[in-house]
Amino acid sequence: MEPWEEEEGPEVVKRFMYVNRRAPYGTIYALECLEVVLVAAAFDQDVSVVFVDDGIYQLKKDQDTAGIGMKNFSKTYRALDDYDVEKIYVEKESLEKRGMTEDDLIIPVEVVAADNLREIMAQQDVVISS
Amino acid sequence: MNKMLHLVNKSPFDRNALDSCLRLAEAGSSVLLIEDGVYAALSKAESAGAVGDRMEDLNFYVLGPDVSARGLDDTPLIDGISVVDYGGFVDLVVEHDVAQSWL
Repeated sequence: MEPWEEEEGPEVVKRFMYVNRRAPYGTIYALECLEVVLVAAAFDQDVSVVFVDDGIYQLKKDQDTAGIGMKNFSKTYRALDDYDVEKIYVEKESLEKRGMTEDDLIIPVEVVAADNLREIMAQQDVVISS
Repeated sequence: MNKMLHLVNKSPFDRNALDSCLRLAEAGSSVLLIEDGVYAALSKAESAGAVGDRMEDLNFYVLGPDVSARGLDDTPLIDGISVVDYGGFVDLVVEHDVAQSWL
């Protein structure tokens, strides 16, 4: 085998977690993170997406940005399913603090308490927060 | 005394801009919630108590287009907060002597 040839080995799948903590529109973080998630999902990795703190506002139904002249990217979260991103977690405590319920959200999610989320987070190989 | 318009554009859960504004705003002045500050106008959010405590002596406004953008048109606002559009924003700036942004 020549040095420039790669050895065929078992494909390494890492566990990637994206932690969204910011509200949409006020800063660019939410939109940028969504785009990164969609790119990462195309590489067949084990991707999970978490929404905590103001990040849960990204998933609020009925967003209408016509009045502020910005792109409404909330519907793009529905594409996560098409990219086989199925592990989408919302922290229960963050919802409650904001007086919101699962019914307020644009996509189906798994609502998990901080105690559970802590365990899921501890199992990741890479965690990216924004 | 100058009549002041306080502008708050940060979420009350993310920053302490609203708390500082509410602590330091003189009675009779106005607070306009814009951008991520509009989350402070929601009656069911935990931050509602702090706004409610100053409802009697401050005038509260929230920018409608920022409320709609965030999907909050059907989410109840704290009683007494007036929704204004961009024209109303301009009117508020003109009606007050000083505009202060709590960045």
